[in-house]
Amino acid sequence: MLKTNLTHALSEKEHSEFLKNNENVMICCGRMGPMCIPVYEVMEELENEYPHVKFADMEFDIPDAKVIRNLPECRGFAGLPFVVYYKNGKVVKATSSIQSREQITNILDENFRTNGNK
Amino acid sequence: MSMQNHFDVIVIGAGAAGLTAGIYLSRAKVSSLILNEGAIGGQMVLTHEIANYPGIEKISGYELARNMKAQAQKFGCVIKSNIKITELELDGEIKRVVVNNKDVYTSHAVIIATGGKSRTVGVPGEDEFKGKGISYCATCDGDFFQDKEIIVVGGGNTALEEAVSLTKYASRVTIVHQFNHFQALEHYVLEAENNSKINFIMESKIIEFAGDKKLKRVKILHQPKQEITEMEIDGVFVFIGYVPNTEKLEGKVDLNNWKEIIVDKNMGTNVSGVFAAGDSIAKRYRQVTTAVADGTIAALSALEYVNTIKKEKVTV
Repeated sequence: MLKTNLTHALSEKEHSEFLKNNENVMICCGRMGPMCIPVYEVMEELENEYPHVKFADMEFDIPDAKVIRNLPECRGFAGLPFVVYYKNGKVVKATSSIQSREQITNILDENFRTNGNK
Repeated sequence: MSMQNHFDVIVIGAGAAGLTAGIYLSRAKVSSLILNEGAIGGQMVLTHEIANYPGIEKISGYELARNMKAQAQKFGCVIKSNIKITELELDGEIKRVVVNNKDVYTSHAVIIATGGKSRTVGVPGEDEFKGKGISYCATCDGDFFQDKEIIVVGGGNTALEEAVSLTKYASRVTIVHQFNHFQALEHYVLEAENNSKINFIMESKIIEFAGDKKLKRVKILHQPKQEITEMEIDGVFVFIGYVPNTEKLEGKVDLNNWKEIIVDKNMGTNVSGVFAAGDSIAKRYRQVTTAVADGTIAALSALEYVNTIKKEKVTV
């Protein structure tokens, strides 16, 4: 299990439940490495600012993480973490390697708009 | 200006130096704010395992950073991370920092602990193929290149050490280096030279990354002949050192030729009330322990400065 304060998707089943129960989902699939940790930290900060988004992580090396590793949208990715954004269960964006807070919020604002500010 | 936005000391940066300064200042009951543009921990979190931090047998850089952050917050230090500093005024008795173009913070003293970042190649295609063939971390991404052909860019200790470690995965590793000799210590060079999977392209630079959805080839300039060749490649790992994060300080504090902040033995810069610590200052050895020492000295100096200013105000 990843040592973060995020909700963990520990299995394929939990992953699909997040998608079923939440309209907007951001899942970061990685390890406790230097390119992944900054992304987890940004996600932890954004949990309060984006209450309409479900933030979760998933350990890259567990077999069930194939639900992310094998996504067509992640083909060609060769840098951790793989971050996948889902709307109504469908992938709307996927990124590879470290991303800044600004890059992440731009994706969230673009894909997970609400009637309010976000 | 609300009093909530005024602090005795503002620390810029939350790596080992900045967090240590925050611990010392807040424990001394001096109001302190740490503003950090990236993630907490700075270069510390790049280290998978730290085994030479006195008193701790071994710990991950991430955990050490988290502990330091919690310690500073426990003493009352306010930490804001992943922000963007959009204005910085260091002259004058009251220092002023604007965050995200809207929030204004002021203080009597500032400690700059902005650290450093990995140097990038800085050529077309680098941003596009980051994570899709270009990597800056062998331990993170090495296993994506099982039985693949890769390039390692650089000629220092890290480049040669990581080139050898990447031969665990890659079928072939080509080191591309801009000079005709290596800066790395001899044993790193020998180890690389004796590895049958490693070959070398010297006096050369990558000038372009290309591909479609992932990196497929690079253009390499051989500098003495000014010849450009194209090479099919699966991945490129870049290890060409670090640069100090001092772009926003140019013209505000004295920097040396390498853009490092010049400090005195008390970590004071040439500007009154402005101190600096950690990897962004001019110094030879960059370790977590030296950053912690710098941060301690800078905090104690800032503390003395703030107390003097406050006393002067009372006596005037």
